[in-house]
Amino acid sequence: MKANLVLIGNGMAGAKLLEELMKSCPEQYNITVFGNEPYGNYNRIMLSPLLAGEKSLTEIMIFDRQWYQDNGITLHAGEEKAVVEINRIHKTVIAKDGTQAPYDKLIIATGSKPFILPIEGNQLNGVMSFRDISDVEKMISATKTKRKAVVIGAGLLGLEAAMGLSGRGMDVTVVHNNAVPLNRQLDQEAGQLLTEELSSRGLSFKMNANTKAILGNPQGDVTSIVFEDGSALETDLVIMAIGIRPNIQLAQEAGIYCEKGIVVSDTLQTYDPSIYALGECIQHRGGTFGLVAPLYDQANVLANHFSEHGVAQFQSLPTATKLKVTGINLFSVGNFLGTEKSEFLYYRDKQKQIYKKLVIENNRIIGAVMYGETAEGSFYNELLDNKTDLTEIRPYLMFGRALCEEQAKFQQGEH
Amino acid sequence: MEMITSSSADEQTTVSTTCAYCGVGCGIEAKINHTTRQVEIQGLTNHPANHGRLCSKGSALGHTVGLNERLLEPHINNQIATWDNALDTVAQGFKKIIEEHGPDSVAFYVSGQLLTEDYYAANKLMKGYIGSANIDTNSRLCMSSSVVGHKRAFGLDTVPGCYEDFEKAELITLVGSNTAWCHPVLFQRIKAYKEANPNVKVVVIDPRRTQTCDIADLHLPINLGSDVWLFNGLLNHLHQHNKINHEYVEQHCDGLEAALEQAEKSSSDIQNLSTILGVSPDDLTQFYNWFSDTEKSVSLYSQGVNQSTSGTDKVNSILNCHLATGRIGKEGMGPFSITGQPNAMGGREVGGLANTLACHMDFNESNIDRVQRFWNAPNMATKNGYMAVDLFNAIETGKVKAVWIMATNPAVSLPNADQVKRALKKCELVVVSDNIADTDTMRLAHVKLPAAPWSEKDGTVTNSERRISRQRGLLPLAGNTKPDWWIISEVAKRMGFEQAFNYTTGTDIFKEYAALSGFENSSEYKLRDFDISKLQNITQEEYDNLQPFQWPLNSENPNGKARFFADGGFFTPNRKARMLALHPQLPKNKVSYAYPLRLNTGRIRDQWHTMTRTGLAAQLNQHISEPFVEMHPMTAAQLKLSEQQLVQVQSQWGHMIGRLVITDAVKPENVFAPMHWTGVLSKTGRINATVNPEVDPYSGQPESKHTPVKVSAMPTQWHGFILSKATIPWPNTDYVVSSKGNQHSRYELAHSESLNDPTLSLLNWLGFENEQAVIEQNLEPITYLDSTSGVYRLAILNKQGGLEAVAMIGPDQNLPQRTWLALQFSKDTLNDRARQALLSGFAPAGEDIGRIVCACFSVGENTIAKAAKGGCKTPAEIGTQLKAGTNCGSCVPEIKDIIAKA
Repeated sequence: MKANLVLIGNGMAGAKLLEELMKSCPEQYNITVFGNEPYGNYNRIMLSPLLAGEKSLTEIMIFDRQWYQDNGITLHAGEEKAVVEINRIHKTVIAKDGTQAPYDKLIIATGSKPFILPIEGNQLNGVMSFRDISDVEKMISATKTKRKAVVIGAGLLGLEAAMGLSGRGMDVTVVHNNAVPLNRQLDQEAGQLLTEELSSRGLSFKMNANTKAILGNPQGDVTSIVFEDGSALETDLVIMAIGIRPNIQLAQEAGIYCEKGIVVSDTLQTYDPSIYALGECIQHRGGTFGLVAPLYDQANVLANHFSEHGVAQFQSLPTATKLKVTGINLFSVGNFLGTEKSEFLYYRDKQKQIYKKLVIENNRIIGAVMYGETAEGSFYNELLDNKTDLTEIRPYLMFGRALCEEQAKFQQGEH
Repeated sequence: MEMITSSSADEQTTVSTTCAYCGVGCGIEAKINHTTRQVEIQGLTNHPANHGRLCSKGSALGHTVGLNERLLEPHINNQIATWDNALDTVAQGFKKIIEEHGPDSVAFYVSGQLLTEDYYAANKLMKGYIGSANIDTNSRLCMSSSVVGHKRAFGLDTVPGCYEDFEKAELITLVGSNTAWCHPVLFQRIKAYKEANPNVKVVVIDPRRTQTCDIADLHLPINLGSDVWLFNGLLNHLHQHNKINHEYVEQHCDGLEAALEQAEKSSSDIQNLSTILGVSPDDLTQFYNWFSDTEKSVSLYSQGVNQSTSGTDKVNSILNCHLATGRIGKEGMGPFSITGQPNAMGGREVGGLANTLACHMDFNESNIDRVQRFWNAPNMATKNGYMAVDLFNAIETGKVKAVWIMATNPAVSLPNADQVKRALKKCELVVVSDNIADTDTMRLAHVKLPAAPWSEKDGTVTNSERRISRQRGLLPLAGNTKPDWWIISEVAKRMGFEQAFNYTTGTDIFKEYAALSGFENSSEYKLRDFDISKLQNITQEEYDNLQPFQWPLNSENPNGKARFFADGGFFTPNRKARMLALHPQLPKNKVSYAYPLRLNTGRIRDQWHTMTRTGLAAQLNQHISEPFVEMHPMTAAQLKLSEQQLVQVQSQWGHMIGRLVITDAVKPENVFAPMHWTGVLSKTGRINATVNPEVDPYSGQPESKHTPVKVSAMPTQWHGFILSKATIPWPNTDYVVSSKGNQHSRYELAHSESLNDPTLSLLNWLGFENEQAVIEQNLEPITYLDSTSGVYRLAILNKQGGLEAVAMIGPDQNLPQRTWLALQFSKDTLNDRARQALLSGFAPAGEDIGRIVCACFSVGENTIAKAAKGGCKTPAEIGTQLKAGTNCGSCVPEIKDIIAKA
């Protein structure tokens, strides 16, 4: 008699886990999946291309419902199938509509919630976040009737949303509480190049601005946005893209130990030995996650354990990021701002909008940021992950893998 | 053979002429496009000197005929002047000083690059009309020891043999000559001959293992200046082994006994000899046995023999051996002095040296009388004048107050060259005739006279085998330039000697010269070897179509003469050759604790003399583009010096700075540096500033091959280079070397103090206030910096994406190679790959051809290495695949090395 494995959350982390399980131990468990979106499973990082109209809904689907059937996985999808309780005593989960599922092992992958500024007017019609397919659908319909939009937050998601909307003809202003867009990914110089590029594509920017309130009309529709400095902007739409918060409510109510997120070990086990968690809802060694790469790593680790190999451990590595706006290449990894101990290598070709910075400590790359020309990103990422000693290749480092290898060989040849 | 053919269709003419450079005297066929002024150079297939071959320098002559670097107008005190003004200034200046201080207070310093006609006019003016013998020539630095050696042994300065002898010999001994680099075409002839005749032996005697050793069966790296011991040893060996040709010696030679006695005294003990020479007894014996047993034996010698305080004795020590064996003037036998300049021999024949009078006549009463009558000269010189080194001393001390320098660059080429600069700065009147506007010497001139260059002048030259050939103008005289003979004659006229210098063509002069050579030189006297009287009535047309011939050319020798002395007939009073008792002497200045190393100097493959012309051909600056110093690995290790480091060579006379090349081709106690770099091309590259001014007591030839020096690291904070489409003023750094590249100029830099903002300095040196200024001029800067490593790099491109400049600074000499970067200037647009690779200094992976090895076809080291790895096992296979080494062939030894390493 197979053990019951229940997965709460049918997002990207969950789907990746299922995929891995189907590879490593397809027969081992009865698998039941609860997801509160009425779809199979789709690629959330493709929401921007979906908004930009570069991809269609079917194109961003990962698993349709059929896939679950074919793999003998029970899928409860839709709003009424949202899990409302974990009963750790009876080891069952209960959904809104009363659907129950017993588990021997439970995996929580409830992901994250977009952070909504706790300010006046944040409930008005036209104030929204950019998180799932329904958000995208709302935005697209808004672009048909509305002209002006403000996007709060010049992070990856914010800029992608802004470009998507402006691409659909809206007049978009990006509001950011820092001088540098993508300040989590870019330094001042690269940010400058990005701002110039996006402005030339029609975006407006209001930097170093803190939003004070959002105002609406009697019908409850948003009309303008007001800032701490007293200035204001008229707008028909406000997108909040100022980050996410781990979605831990369900776990907390079940008494599972949480801090910012659900606290897990290196094997992604919660404080309840039969309950595991992965994805944006967890907190691992103090860190939380917002990018897809580590989620995939976590899925691998979990699959490894459920298939009872039990050797893998999750290790949080610096992750490279990419902006999904057509024609804009930027790359950023690790500590690209550096410390007082850091050494910096710079390459600048302004007329070609190319900027590269490598940050080195103890003869190893600790960070890199590149704008305009990012082909060597994977190379630097690799050197960073492997903590490669740069003694031999430092003079050629900035100019890429091929030269480094050629010269390294050449020098060995010399010796 | 028609000399000048014209095809009016495309404004093209073809002209047969001779090469402008070394003493081999190769024939050249030049195709001239008169609309574009472009000249295409080929070897002249029917010229006896080269049979169609040319070396890298000769092949590049077409790239030296541009007008940019030319002096095209007369100048007085750096102001453009008319010819009338300039000529009067010179004539009156000389006259005034002569009136006040006598004829010996003025001097000419001329050149083996003058044509014979020029030489004759200058010599006649100074010795017959001004009345002084103060006319000397840069040939003094080149072969004057051979001249005196010949005179002492033969009675006159006669080269007994000819090139053909090298292709008839069974033993070829090359003494003190890097023939492969200095006389490449003769070397190619010898090489080809040896390849066809494997039993032919080649012995190279040279303190350095040069490229010439590539064909050597035996290399004797003797200690600097020890040649006389070696050849005394050979003479003694010949005696011991009964190889003396007593029949010949008794009939034709004096002095055998004394010579043998000295030889035995200095060189009989082989062990002791081997210590003195620094060569193993076995190698010595090997050479001695080969020479003893090989009747057909030719001994070529050059500056390694001549440039010495015992240069003349060295020459005679070689001549002794050939006289003793009677191996002279016969096919495949004889001593052979090879000269460094296209017309050094012509100068010797004219007598344009301070210690000869004219036409192989020295100063004695009958000669003076004879020449006086022939010239109808008012003021005959009666005694020797100042020879080169003494001349510039006399100038510094004020004994000589006016000097006229023609077609040479003594501020670079004379030993103790800083003294020459001091002297010229003090001199009341310095006149310089040259075709190049900016030379170290020209910078010190009061009057600059624009002389016609090789490509625009007409006349005759004599090569090392006594072969007189016509040099013919390829292009019309540019600007206001004039032939040297015209300039000299005009000055002479203005000094009051109208009749004697009333020449209308060079042919007039040649006829007079030919007549003098035969004047009172009839067969019954047979006083002088040099006689071309057959040509004294030559017509203009005959002169224009004159075919190369070997003098003498007179009634007895209507077709010239290949060889002398097979049956004696020397030019001494008793018609016998003189063998000399020679006791060897070490170089004058000894090494000491302060100056422990011995500096040897010489030429490199692709440059000639002071680079005023070869330096104009980009392709000739690729092989070696900076002054360098060769040092043995052991010595470098002791001094803690590393490859390519900048080092200072210091003597008690001066210093130079060069890049260190570590090689066991030089002996541990020796260092070698090239003679070519000037103050125009480098801040500190003039090796002659360090060379001692000691001279041979008989020939006055300087000891350029031996100066005690010390070598130390040049202190540097950074090294750098700039390649720029536009030429830029020199940055004010301790080390600067500039060279002309293909569509760019190159500047090598280093300095002892660090820069506050290196990138800004680079921008400033390139003429930009800052990076913004670059952008404002519609140009595109690219920068790379790794400040912790002290690496700063900058490139500037134009709007088409073409390269305008690239500049790099690093903490030490290990900067990227310039080869690939230099090639980018010829592209209108760089593709993204190339643009992004620029500041790496490396071609996009796998595209770097490396250092240029073959100058003729610009083939790089990496390309050759790749081909070698790809299966090419011989230079011939490389040649068929890459063409490398298939023109002048002087890079073949290097190609061999690369194949060996691959």
